[in-house]
Amino acid sequence: MEKKWPLWEIFVRSKNGLEHRHFGSLHAADADMALENARDVYTRRSEGVSIWVVESKNITASNPENNGELFEPAQDKVYRHPTFYTLPDEIKHM
Amino acid sequence: MKKTNLYNYILELADNCLIAGQRLGELCGHGPSLETDIACTNISLDLFGQTRSYFQYAADIKGEDATEDSIAFLRFEREYKNVLLVEQPNRDFAYTLARQYLFDVYHLLLLEKLQFSQDLTLSAIAKKSIKEVSYHVRFTGDWIKRLGDGTEESHAKMQEAIDGLWTYTNELFEVTEEAKTLAEEGIAVDVSTLKKTYYEKVTALLTEATLTIPESKYFQKGGKAGIHTEHMGYLLADMQYMQRAYPNMKW
Repeated sequence: MEKKWPLWEIFVRSKNGLEHRHFGSLHAADADMALENARDVYTRRSEGVSIWVVESKNITASNPENNGELFEPAQDKVYRHPTFYTLPDEIKHM
Repeated sequence: MKKTNLYNYILELADNCLIAGQRLGELCGHGPSLETDIACTNISLDLFGQTRSYFQYAADIKGEDATEDSIAFLRFEREYKNVLLVEQPNRDFAYTLARQYLFDVYHLLLLEKLQFSQDLTLSAIAKKSIKEVSYHVRFTGDWIKRLGDGTEESHAKMQEAIDGLWTYTNELFEVTEEAKTLAEEGIAVDVSTLKKTYYEKVTALLTEATLTIPESKYFQKGGKAGIHTEHMGYLLADMQYMQRAYPNMKW
């Protein structure tokens, strides 16, 4: 039966103020079931306060074959990293 | 033992959770998909958690050497007070969900009253359990709708499950002598008062699921008095095996 169910990507926000993060994927017949399944599969040890579900087919992914042109040009441009600033200790989650 | 009525009433509450949990637990690793397998065992664990709270309280009342484990595992079949509904086997996924749903609706109505019990421990257990059981009703109710209003085959299976289990629903609202006495003291819930709302809620959901409400007027009973169906002995043999084979074994 699960073979006919589409795949869903699950995003969970673990605390208020943080962003939703990709937790994994699971099968479900529709969005409502995906939410309930995500609740049971990914948040049963109180990992989350909010869940997003997106059907995997709706995600457009970059092609690994294009990694060279997409990502390598950034590797030698250290000046694009904000590593030259000093951050106060109070600032978290940067 | 003092408070015999209260002790027996706690078992009446707890045994439903224990046996319903045991039936769902049988699906661990055998659910129709990974997701539903985890969901069913989550519900099972919620019910075992509630059972532990009840049995710890019962063990305190009983005193002597009683523990939550001895109450759970070392009674004989006739001493279990669960309703017949919850001991019915997992014939198929529709049966499992129908059984659990028919219990969940009752369970939530019961806890919503029990939270106002004059007995502070029972009231605290009820308050804590309400959130868990609200999710159980939501989960199983959604599945009843899905299968009832699904394909021709899923509809037929769910209808068969509802028809088969309907005869066990009326027992939920039987008031035992202990419960009657304790209800007058504001400790127990008079479950007969839940009956009308229960059948209204169940009828509404089954109708939405395009299922037919069984018209049977004959209902089974006996569980609350310890007279169980033929399935109970097998369930207990499985559940009690470790404690019977290795007495006093601990984790």
